[in-house]
Amino acid sequence: MKSLRNYIDKIKPNFEKGGKYEKFHSTFDAFETFLYVPDTVTKAGSHIRDVIDLKRTMFVVVVALLPALLFGMYNVGLQHFAAMGVADAGVMQCFWHGFVKVLPIIIVSYVVGLGIEFIFAQIRHHEVNEGFLVSGMLIPLVMPVDVPLWMVALATAFAVIIGKEVFGGTGMNVFNPALLARAFIFFAYTPYISGEKVWISGLSKGEGIVDGFSGATPLTEIANALADKASALSFSSTPIDWFLGTIPGSIGETSFIAIMIGAAILLFTGIASWRIMLSVFAGGYLMGLIFNCIGANIYMDMPAYYHLLLGGFAFGAVFMATDPVTAAQTNTGKIIYGLLIGMFAVLIRVVNPGYPEGMMLSILFMNAMAPLIDHYVVESNIRRRMKRMNVASK
Amino acid sequence: MIRLKKGLDIKLVGQAARELVDTPLADSYAVNPIDFVGLTPKLLVKVDDEVKAGTPLFFDKYRPQVLFSSPVSGKVKAVNRGEKRKILEVVIEPDSKNEYEVFQTVDLNTASKESVIDQMLASGLWPMIIQRPYGVIADPSKTPDAVFISGFDSAPLAPEMDFVLQNVTEDLKMGMEVMKKLTPGKVHLGVSARQKNPVFDGLQGIDVTTFDGPHPAGNVGVQIHHVAPIGKGNLIWTVDIQNLAIIGRFFRTGRVDMTKIIAVAGSEVEHPRYQKIISGARIDSIVKDNVKQNGKSIRFICGNVLTGTKTTLENHFGFYANQMTLIPEGNHHEFLGWIAPRLNKFSVSHSYFSWLTPNKKYDLDTNLNGGVRALVMSGQYEKVLPMDIYPVYLLKAILAGDIDKMENLGIYEVIEEDLALCEFVCTSKTEVQQIVRKGLDMLMKELN
Repeated sequence: MKSLRNYIDKIKPNFEKGGKYEKFHSTFDAFETFLYVPDTVTKAGSHIRDVIDLKRTMFVVVVALLPALLFGMYNVGLQHFAAMGVADAGVMQCFWHGFVKVLPIIIVSYVVGLGIEFIFAQIRHHEVNEGFLVSGMLIPLVMPVDVPLWMVALATAFAVIIGKEVFGGTGMNVFNPALLARAFIFFAYTPYISGEKVWISGLSKGEGIVDGFSGATPLTEIANALADKASALSFSSTPIDWFLGTIPGSIGETSFIAIMIGAAILLFTGIASWRIMLSVFAGGYLMGLIFNCIGANIYMDMPAYYHLLLGGFAFGAVFMATDPVTAAQTNTGKIIYGLLIGMFAVLIRVVNPGYPEGMMLSILFMNAMAPLIDHYVVESNIRRRMKRMNVASK
Repeated sequence: MIRLKKGLDIKLVGQAARELVDTPLADSYAVNPIDFVGLTPKLLVKVDDEVKAGTPLFFDKYRPQVLFSSPVSGKVKAVNRGEKRKILEVVIEPDSKNEYEVFQTVDLNTASKESVIDQMLASGLWPMIIQRPYGVIADPSKTPDAVFISGFDSAPLAPEMDFVLQNVTEDLKMGMEVMKKLTPGKVHLGVSARQKNPVFDGLQGIDVTTFDGPHPAGNVGVQIHHVAPIGKGNLIWTVDIQNLAIIGRFFRTGRVDMTKIIAVAGSEVEHPRYQKIISGARIDSIVKDNVKQNGKSIRFICGNVLTGTKTTLENHFGFYANQMTLIPEGNHHEFLGWIAPRLNKFSVSHSYFSWLTPNKKYDLDTNLNGGVRALVMSGQYEKVLPMDIYPVYLLKAILAGDIDKMENLGIYEVIEEDLALCEFVCTSKTEVQQIVRKGLDMLMKELN
């Protein structure tokens, strides 16, 4: 370890002002601080500091994403072999297939995103911010497995540049970058992220499918049923499958249980806000119940809890809505923000047949509304304090 | 009793044992103009002048009646200056004569408010009175709505005031009487529910409020917030409890006797204990022979680890401080520290393991533990600030220079120390206290 440190200290002057590789200072700094916590000391004020930093925070979120990622890889293989009619594919075989399919997406997302981050950090003479460590993992998890890699690259670049860097980098962005990447593909290349073919690897290339296999996600099945004016919803999978996640869908979103393991990690470490997470689920359930009461069509009559298990609802609630930068910042605001995300997500699903999945749009919409919610919460705090002041001075 | 839930007690190694040691006369004493926020000093003495305890050394350029006096008798040894000839220290070499300037004692029963204030101004004890808002030396020409005194210190390794104050009961009582003279309003005293202090029993005409909860329950700003919050146009005066005793002593004896008891604490102190010193003593006279010899480089802090000032052995003890804290410097790299379990480090976050050992005492160093980033996490500051204030919004208003917003968001209620814990917990390593001071300075400049 000593020799590594010595080596870093030896090459460090090259990257400092006036050094040969001055242009790569931010990049060097990123790698150095990745390996070693810097020797910076406090100058005044609080002489001691909590050991938490942004690297640790982001690291915890990445760990929390792992269950969803690993299950997602397995499920990619599982769905693929089911579609091909290979009945006896083992767990490892499924996982390996998924691993091979998903890894390139992860690599593309990280390389493109981090590359842009490094360039911007260098231009601004800032340290590289750790925010993309999480975004870079979130982007693959909300993609369909058959998405073309160039599209992932384009979407990532769009999300990082337009979604984040133009606002000033991590901490300044208005919209969740990972969702923005998904929204970019959703609007620019709709056929690649909707329909029945894209969710299972190989299907869109027309590889041999067994008869009767559709590849539709449960939400698509609902949309189809509505379009066909069916008298009842029929699913090719059961709520147990949704809970476990053995259904078609975006790579990381299918397994409720894997996402809940991540949620437990985030809540226990206090990295994510329980207020937001809980209220998103509460909002979705509430909206489901409201539709049950209205009961104008077969979708509205669907049990309310289905909504929480289906599509990207859980993934969005746990990993996207809780993004501290784009969410509401005040405690009261977080509850309102979460409730509305849940309610709007279900509202969009049920009322707008054009968008079978409402979670992404709902979160992005509430990202834009979050500052407004906070504004009113802070205003009410100001009024409350004024009142107190007047009483106290009497 | 007011129960505060929010806040944080950081448990550190090196709490002072309840034993008192007399500190021998130091080689030098000093009054440091930099201890006083925003002060521009004008000298009244030159090098080699003879002074007594209570002889004025310099005054405030903008309020010439505010004097700052020598804590000991002796000879002016040096006037140490920094950049742009800014005066950092006026150093006195003590003699053994121990002479005091003689002041007339005033009869508080008959004296007017003005004569009491004049007496305090003349003695150089006036700078002990701090005003809110802004946390600066009070303007003697104004009348405060109330006076607030905190009877305990809840900061990490802080002196236990029941021990420190046990022999100054009469001084404190007199000090309280002086405070009653200063305001037509009430004199408030905040006491701790966790640390009963018999010194405060039987006080007459004082509004006593008991506070229970973690740090910063002992901060006078937090206490004011819960008893009578400060709004625009309000004026509150505060005084440190030991300085109150010094003021009381002056009114009883007519002498400026700046003797106080400080805690010498921290993991790098050989025998953490209490020491009786005269204010302004050279640091090495206080910690001499009591520093651990383990080859570590040491941070000498005048005050506590959250709000104190970085100092050196050659500097002198601060005017307002009640403790000396010695902790190791953190000027070393830590390999993959952000992934490591870091069992010996403290975090409020459960992403480390210090929550498993809530009673463990930590030996923390001065490492920043990460890089400075834009604010990313939300809701962290609120957990350690027991005030109905949105700290992040307040900081952003200060950074944006928006005076109206600062006022609305409660800047009049805080000074740096009240948000010190926010700085400690911040994931993005924001210099919270510096920002608060910047905001207060901005406001003072704009409105006065």
